[in-house]
Amino acid sequence: MSEEAITKTSYHIPVGPIHPALKEPVYFEFELSGEKIIDVNVKLGHVHRGVEWASRKRNPIQVLYLAERICGICSYCHPAAFTLAVENACDIEVPERADYLRVVQAELERICSHILWAGVAAHEIGFDTVLYFTWQIREKALDLTEFLTGNRVTKGIMTIGGIRRDITPDMLPRIKRDMQFFKDNFEKLRHIFLDDKTVKMRSQNAGILTKDDAIKLCAVGPTTRASGVKKDVRTGESYFAYGDLDVKCITPKDLTGTVNGDVYDRIIQRLLEVKQSIELIEQCIDEMPAGDIVSEPKIPKLMNQIKKIEGEGVGRHEAPRGEVIHYVKFDGKSENPYTWKVRAPTYNNILPWIPMLKGEQIADIPIVAASTDPCMSCTNRVAIVKDSKRYELTKEQLHKLSVEKTRRLMK
Amino acid sequence: MAKGLTKSFKRALWVYHCNSGSCNGCDIEIIAALCPRYDVERFGIRLVGTPRHADVLLVTGPVTRQMEDKVKRIYEQMPDPKAVICVGNCGNTGDVFYESYNLVGPINQILPVDVHVIGCPPRPEAIINAVAKAWVKLETLEAKK
Repeated sequence: MSEEAITKTSYHIPVGPIHPALKEPVYFEFELSGEKIIDVNVKLGHVHRGVEWASRKRNPIQVLYLAERICGICSYCHPAAFTLAVENACDIEVPERADYLRVVQAELERICSHILWAGVAAHEIGFDTVLYFTWQIREKALDLTEFLTGNRVTKGIMTIGGIRRDITPDMLPRIKRDMQFFKDNFEKLRHIFLDDKTVKMRSQNAGILTKDDAIKLCAVGPTTRASGVKKDVRTGESYFAYGDLDVKCITPKDLTGTVNGDVYDRIIQRLLEVKQSIELIEQCIDEMPAGDIVSEPKIPKLMNQIKKIEGEGVGRHEAPRGEVIHYVKFDGKSENPYTWKVRAPTYNNILPWIPMLKGEQIADIPIVAASTDPCMSCTNRVAIVKDSKRYELTKEQLHKLSVEKTRRLMK
Repeated sequence: MAKGLTKSFKRALWVYHCNSGSCNGCDIEIIAALCPRYDVERFGIRLVGTPRHADVLLVTGPVTRQMEDKVKRIYEQMPDPKAVICVGNCGNTGDVFYESYNLVGPINQILPVDVHVIGCPPRPEAIINAVAKAWVKLETLEAKK
């Protein structure tokens, strides 16, 4: 029997765009050697709905509702960044009380989003009990959102020059009670995620993103902070009422003393941020000044004001997943934006997947990918669709696009 | 309880969820319906991982050009009898994206939709009600045999 030399070749596994492990349409191609991942390719563009294009036919108030529907989970941070951009372009002053109310909404969204993420992460490692437990807590957060805004998911609370609903004194006891509930359950969550053997086994030393890589690939939000990079728009820039509040940039170092940049650190990071958000909401409620909640309640008057503006504005907001940037330009002829550009946090956080996933096993793909809290419907704003053909964006192209865009925004 | 549904269900209902370009709003409400507050699993309604096991297809989103053929393929892979539920305004009418150049929806131009659920996003109660209505269709089809 002649022995033939068996040459080992790597093979490709396509994952997506519709796949049980993925909640949203995105396509991966993994190059594998045995169980090990050698290379990863990401294809985007399945959720491209032409939102930015549609904005050119609508006035800023209508665009707010379009911005809200960029993503159902980030339904506050996109309108918030868009409002900041418009206010920046048109020099609109916001009443102080509205600034505090905006912080309450932003932090409530962060609590919702991080708890949702904790459930998804637990589900990805097969820990469904925790998924159900976290989503039960999340329902409480949604109830509070509904109480404050009138809706569960798409809130419709942001408006240019302020906010649409006030928090009256009779609403305060309920908010305080719910905050206490989150604090009590936060301890339980902390115990599950930080002391449990299963979670530790799956997340420690998995999907490591080094500090250098995080800086080089421009990761944002909890993903980069978990690698030890102190990057937070809330501390870096004074917007809303964050300048008056006691907010500091936290990293896993505050709890454990070391930074590894693995999935475990990203779990710690998000849990710490939930705690921070609870404290911020309580602080806001205590310190909130009295006054108006919107600078110009008459929308036609506001539109007339915007119509005359010729200029551009940038809005930056620290969304639950990281920094979201909106750019708006008005041409002085119409109240509709001349250009609107959205840079969602997941756009930056997709590139770090490549160093995270390389060398890992196939079974680690879901938890590592989920650890950056990806949000495809936000990201697909940047996919290029031309003449009904899909253009593939490789990582170099994506990076180049990102660099170009940063340069554009710096100008 | 939806009208026309027998007291004891003949079978458990397995649901496949397909995101055709949605904003995630409806998708998280579908997951919320499965979680402890609403807990549809007590009725035997389960989310399954493949269309080949499913009785009901839940489609969310306005169907982007890239997803059109995939949505059709998923529908074809499902065994008969089957029902399609369109969840959310954008799948039903296009909603805020109605004029977009990259949409081929509404979904009823691509698939035969049995139940339309409106809302942006609809509440979990509305989604559960829609699944129960799809159940009526499947039970009626069964009775005709």
